[in-house]
Amino acid sequence: MRVTRSAISAVLISSLALTACSSGGTDSAGAGSTAASCAPSSGGPVNLTFTSWIPGIEDVVKVWNAENPNIQVKVQTGPNGNGGTYQNFFNQLKAGNAPDLGQIEYDTLPSFRVQDGLFNVGACDVVAKAKDQFVPWTWNQVSFGEQNAAYGVPQDAGPMAMFYRADLFEKAGIAIPTTWDEYAAAAEKVKAAGGYITNFSQSDINQFAGLAWQAGGRWFTNDGQQWTVNLTDDKTKKVADYWQDLLTKKLVSAVPPWTTEWDNAYNTGQAWTWVSAVWGANSIASGAPKTAGKWRVAPMPQWSAGESVAGNWGGSSTAVFKSSKHPYEAAQFALWLNTSDEALNLLIEKAALYPATKAGAALPALTKGVSFYGDQKIYEVFAKASGEVTPDFTWGPTMTATYANASDGFKAAVSGKGTLSEALTAAQASTVQTLKSQAIPVKE
Amino acid sequence: MSLTTTAPGKIRESLLSRTGAMLVMGVCTVYFLVPIWWLFVGSTKSSAQFTDTNPLWFAHFQLIDNLRELLTYRDGVFLRWMANSVAYTGGAALLGTVLAAMCGYALAKYRFPGREVLFNVVLSGVLVPATALALPLFLIFSKVGATNTFWSVFLPSLVNPFGVYLARIYAAASVPDELLEAARLDGSGEVRTFFTVSTKLMFPALVTIFLFHFVAVWNNFLLPLIMLSDERLFPVTLGLYSWNTQVNQLPELRGLVIVGSLLSITPLVIAFLFLQRFWRSGIGAGAVK
Repeated sequence: MRVTRSAISAVLISSLALTACSSGGTDSAGAGSTAASCAPSSGGPVNLTFTSWIPGIEDVVKVWNAENPNIQVKVQTGPNGNGGTYQNFFNQLKAGNAPDLGQIEYDTLPSFRVQDGLFNVGACDVVAKAKDQFVPWTWNQVSFGEQNAAYGVPQDAGPMAMFYRADLFEKAGIAIPTTWDEYAAAAEKVKAAGGYITNFSQSDINQFAGLAWQAGGRWFTNDGQQWTVNLTDDKTKKVADYWQDLLTKKLVSAVPPWTTEWDNAYNTGQAWTWVSAVWGANSIASGAPKTAGKWRVAPMPQWSAGESVAGNWGGSSTAVFKSSKHPYEAAQFALWLNTSDEALNLLIEKAALYPATKAGAALPALTKGVSFYGDQKIYEVFAKASGEVTPDFTWGPTMTATYANASDGFKAAVSGKGTLSEALTAAQASTVQTLKSQAIPVKE
Repeated sequence: MSLTTTAPGKIRESLLSRTGAMLVMGVCTVYFLVPIWWLFVGSTKSSAQFTDTNPLWFAHFQLIDNLRELLTYRDGVFLRWMANSVAYTGGAALLGTVLAAMCGYALAKYRFPGREVLFNVVLSGVLVPATALALPLFLIFSKVGATNTFWSVFLPSLVNPFGVYLARIYAAASVPDELLEAARLDGSGEVRTFFTVSTKLMFPALVTIFLFHFVAVWNNFLLPLIMLSDERLFPVTLGLYSWNTQVNQLPELRGLVIVGSLLSITPLVIAFLFLQRFWRSGIGAGAVK
């Protein structure tokens, strides 16, 4: 049953690619290609190109090149995915000069899948065998639930937890919230103590997506026939109404994220918590240097007391493009990059990546105390959270447009025009429209 | 106050309008200079001070340290980007100006069939934004396998239809036909006449064209973004942009982006300070004639 379904979806998605991209229509996009064999290239050394924007990635690849004289990888770096690299990938796929490997974040992987740009590395025995090394939900992000499929090798994850100012909470005599109800109650007390419990991310929708993910919201589903867009399901609406309430009562601030103003809110103790992903640990440490030693990390607040469910914010994969002439070697490299201790240690050191493998989370760098957080072993909290991320959250094939639409509505809601819920309703409608305009079947 | 009582209407009015004008100019100057001041002040701070000290005044002055960090980061890739920018921009502006001058001059001074059609076609090129051409250019360069090379950015940057327009107008106005006749009678070839006589007369216009072209190429961002995937070929704008998109992941980069931005605008400032004299006279002369 399962197999048939995925076979259908493979055919369907491939044919979608044909309609979506009329200039790229060739027979090679047929059903057979998804199960394309993944055999080693015969004879001679292989040269691969790999585009990634991870800081310090050259140093990691250098190690590979030294150990694998027959598979030499050349790194190309540039702006991050949404900063232009994804668009470049699409252009290069069209022009036939895409790199062999590329970094693609989980939320963009479906766009490339729909355009039939990805090689199914799940067909490579080395990758298929490695499946169990990865935290299950990360594998789902690259397999889209299909059997024997992986459209990339999971690289890093962004399990979420709550950063909080232990000193301020203690001084004000407020208990650390463990449920969202307690969080809202604490928000009142924090306000009374002269701060904001957190800053609502008005323009970076990914945080909200992570919160909705935790609550059980499922924004996109693909039944093999068509996509269903559900930005306004009950769970997501619950999250939207919750934050709308905090915004209306002015219990959370809403400075634009990733600005100095935003850093300053944390640096001066205006914002007391941040429900964020594991990589947020560095954002606080560098943005709020004056607060060193005062932060701690606790699990995300829960919707029902006693549960332990986490959301995810971010994370990317290493994908092999369909045009690659050496998919087997490319898959080998991608696997080494994301599972071997030597590569992961370097990635953690250079770029503070949080690995998607089970073993990666137990590496020494991730099991020791962090001085900025009062020597708390914060990564253990995130490792636990990673295991608690629900696995079946699927991204849609047009996330850039969805984010942009939702972000417009969120910004308006923050300034008092409309509500978050209304913003999601509008984003729902425009997302369906975008899918239709790209000739991707979508359920109304 | 005493002025208004002693002097009648006229002086008072001019004083008022002068103060008004000065005020408007002052506000504009402040408006344009504050971001640069902010950039300069920001470049002198450590990343901790950058967040929590007054953004428009100095904290601990450590511009030199910041510069050193920028210039040594990743084996000095920033210097490489600056050199690339100078090569793309200086080279393209220089060669592009010569091409535009020759083309404009030919259109102004020679009569040949299709001259006006040609001119109109070039002129309509002014209306096509460079942004719209980037993707088609990428596909063309892909066909010949020349993407991700120096030439993929350099060659398209040579084209400057507005320069052709300026050169034609200016050549028509400032190079007298009689002079060309005289040169011909003296046995000078057309090319020699152009380079020895006409360019000298057109010099202010050439500086204007050069400056416009220089700024346009320096700021052309989309073309290298699309064409280049090898970091070693990036111009400084694209390089800084890449870093800036990675700030979320590696917050230390923010300081480098700020110092880098300051360094990257200095060549433009220098070019303008040195050439504005010519530039002003070029625009003025063009306007009168």
